[in-house]
Amino acid sequence: METLRFTYSGGLPVGNQAAATLVGVVGSGNLEILVERQSLAGACEVEVITAAIGFGTIWQSVLDDFFARHGLADIRISINDVGATPAVVSLRLDQAIASFLAGPQ
Amino acid sequence: MSSYYEASARERLQGVLDPASFEEIMPPGERVVSPHLRQLDTPAAFDDGIVVGFGLLSGHKVLVAAQEGGFMGGAVGEVHGAKLVGLLERARDEKPAAVLLLVESGGVRLHEANAGLIAVSEIMRAVLALRGAGVPVLVLDGGAFGCFGGMSIVAKLCDAVIISEEGRLGLSGPEVIETAGGVEEFDSRDRALVWRTVGGKHRYLLRDAMILVADRIPAFRQAAIDCLSLRPDLSLAALEAEHALLASRMERFGACKDAVDIWRHLGIADPAGLPLLEADEFIAATHDKRA
Amino acid sequence: MDAQSLLSRLFPDGFEIQADGLFFSGKGTTRGIEVAVIGSIDAAAIGIELAFQMAGAVLDIVRLEPERPILLLVDTTGQRLTRRDELLGINAYMAHLAKCLELARNQGHKIIGLVYSQAVSGGFLASSLLSDRCYALPEAEVRVMNLPAMARITKIPLERLEQLSQSSPVFAPGVENYRKMGAIADIWQGDLAACLIDALAQDSKDDNRRRLGAERQGRTLAEKVAERVRRGAR
Repeated sequence: METLRFTYSGGLPVGNQAAATLVGVVGSGNLEILVERQSLAGACEVEVITAAIGFGTIWQSVLDDFFARHGLADIRISINDVGATPAVVSLRLDQAIASFLAGPQ
Repeated sequence: MSSYYEASARERLQGVLDPASFEEIMPPGERVVSPHLRQLDTPAAFDDGIVVGFGLLSGHKVLVAAQEGGFMGGAVGEVHGAKLVGLLERARDEKPAAVLLLVESGGVRLHEANAGLIAVSEIMRAVLALRGAGVPVLVLDGGAFGCFGGMSIVAKLCDAVIISEEGRLGLSGPEVIETAGGVEEFDSRDRALVWRTVGGKHRYLLRDAMILVADRIPAFRQAAIDCLSLRPDLSLAALEAEHALLASRMERFGACKDAVDIWRHLGIADPAGLPLLEADEFIAATHDKRA
Repeated sequence: MDAQSLLSRLFPDGFEIQADGLFFSGKGTTRGIEVAVIGSIDAAAIGIELAFQMAGAVLDIVRLEPERPILLLVDTTGQRLTRRDELLGINAYMAHLAKCLELARNQGHKIIGLVYSQAVSGGFLASSLLSDRCYALPEAEVRVMNLPAMARITKIPLERLEQLSQSSPVFAPGVENYRKMGAIADIWQGDLAACLIDALAQDSKDDNRRRLGAERQGRTLAEKVAERVRRGAR
């Protein structure tokens, strides 16, 4: 298991209706993503706990692209990953943010 | 997402309960995870594979739990089990209209062996105490991992099992039986055999499942609503009746080699054809021939 | 210890047992108290017939022997692993036994379990673990599964499981681990009749296993988590 941390800044502020959201499942080839509001002086913090060791640069690349698409401020993203492919990770990140921003259903 | 089988635990809850009525207790943000998985280099889930909370079912307050089969096969560990027991005890305090257990589990989580086994036992006692207090407990069974191990005993402690044609309910999984007794005893790769033996249709015919539904979330929802009128009965008379039914089952079917033999004994005209029928046709053909 | 010796140590005032294959039942007397006994021998695999027999014995006690305490002396290697048991719904037979014991409990029968030889997995769940309080002899064997089988199924190396067993009661078989985790109230040694008398004198209707597990530090989260879910505002 490996824990990776990334920090981004310059993201857009989040509306009041945004609510903590969980998407995905911790199963083989899959991952779960928890998105929460947190006061971080405008930063976005990401923590990835992954069973697939040695993919730090790929996570960096996927998260950089993701932040460029959906850069948000004062949020915390926590991930439990079991070897999901970059494509699956990107998809889930987009789902998570969409759900987070939409607020309680 | 209409298929119950394909849906996640959270999606099932959203679909079974009244729209937007679900509120989670101890949500994943609280990060109450298993303390035992890290040392085994095994990933943890923020909710330890079970979602608990409350909501409305046709306007009635219910407490609910849904196991996530995708995480460790929905198996019960220390935290997972404690969330479920806490929910059942909360129901004893609050006396909702019912408790819904969306079960999908292989039973005890081997990674937490002893803690999981004891948790399942505590769940059994809690279900019985809750029903003794007058609250009906309903089981919904239709996920990929089925309802096996200790959770299958829990399921039969409840007021009703609502199962789909995809659902399975059994104690020891087919692979375990095959490992113990060889492929002649149980060919675990024979899917048709598995579903004849422990699948929803067979359980419906034996009356171990009260209701059979198609693999659709709205069908599960409606069946649960229909079961809201059930009242737990753990009286001597009820258990004597159950004892007689179980005696009769052994007597009538104890020598049957396969489920098809049982179905033939039940007077079903084309037993081999049953697995091919859709849920509605199946129920029409068999509802008056159950054991 | 075999069932006969065990019974004479538990019941110095005498006992009367009928055996039927792997199943036995009857009563024993100690210090003037008559206790109903239900049990199994020879590491019985519990299938539909044995579960049914035990349930029947419980119903007989409820009908015919009001408030008599019940002692479960079940020796089992777990559930019977056959296609037939699955076909006929062994989980339902075990649940039926559990419901009968709950009925007995609600009717005022104390239910004491004593693991005297083996208690494994589903067999354990469907018997001794259903008692108000479960006890064990020091030489008894209690487990979910043996470590090599667990290693095979979980794909975790056996050496790792064995190593972790030293520091954590969670995986390793053994009465002491189960005592630490709260499932076994106490280990009985020496004067077994006295141990039984003490157990019978205790108030035992509620499930105290999580509290014991927390006190003994064998299960450090179960009690806390359950309480939080039970009482939490949300």
